[in-house]
Amino acid sequence: MIVDLLILTALLIFVLGAAMKRDTVKAAIALALASIMLSVLMFRLASPLAAVFELSVCAGLITVVFMSTISLTKPLTVLEEERLHLRGRHFAVLPILVLAAAGLLVMVGIPTDLALPQAASAQDVRSVLWNERQLDLLGETLVILAGFFGILVLFKDKPTGVGRTGAAWLKAERFRKEKSDETTKVESNQPDPAIRV
Amino acid sequence: MNNQTAEVLRMMTIFIPLLFVVGFFCVVVTRNLVRTLIGIEVLSKAVTLLLVVAGYTTGRTALAQACVITLIMIEAVVVAVAAGIIVNVVRHTDSLDRRNLEELRG
Repeated sequence: MIVDLLILTALLIFVLGAAMKRDTVKAAIALALASIMLSVLMFRLASPLAAVFELSVCAGLITVVFMSTISLTKPLTVLEEERLHLRGRHFAVLPILVLAAAGLLVMVGIPTDLALPQAASAQDVRSVLWNERQLDLLGETLVILAGFFGILVLFKDKPTGVGRTGAAWLKAERFRKEKSDETTKVESNQPDPAIRV
Repeated sequence: MNNQTAEVLRMMTIFIPLLFVVGFFCVVVTRNLVRTLIGIEVLSKAVTLLLVVAGYTTGRTALAQACVITLIMIEAVVVAVAAGIIVNVVRHTDSLDRRNLEELRG
């Protein structure tokens, strides 16, 4: 009971860190730590398979995806970073809001005297997944396929700007166009050597 | 429901809404697209915990775990595609600010 309370408190602290941290890399790391705490909690709540999935996918794969995204989309200037975090001061009220919500929940409370259904006989997760939740598995497969094609389309190379990011590519193109315009202007002003005056 | 289960349920009825509060606040307040995605992830974690607690309380842990596994798989795909969208938004608008997407210019 005390252990569960400590794990839940750590989970809440890491989640607050993920929401409030100014540096997005540190926020992603805090989210990964929150996933680890959630995984430990799931083990304690008799859900080991779900805990393993949470640990490997959320704490592992999703953190890697976040790090890749952050590295590819790092704010280009210090000014951009400052502007994006202008709303950072609004996050200062988040711990106060969380404490107020906690106080309200402790005082009012959500009723827990539920009329529970009869406990089912012990079942294996694999038999439930393959026998009872077949449509879920089909849906998962379709979602994974849709995600795969979505990412292929999103990361398709531009025909001319291979290997460049949008902004740098546009700048390079504009510079090249100006240079070629200047060269054309200089060439057109030169007298034709074939014509003799 | 035995005493231990009742205690766990009582604790979770306080902590799970708090996770929802943090997730919603993060999604609504921030203008940074990456931070919005982090907020969506926090909301996902709250739902995952709620499913596991529901399974533990009712004794149907197998069904709860099956639902959680489905949720985690779909969440991973959603995050991957959202990350791809964010990278493309930065390539087009040179910014992570969501206000640049409000005018729907191609």
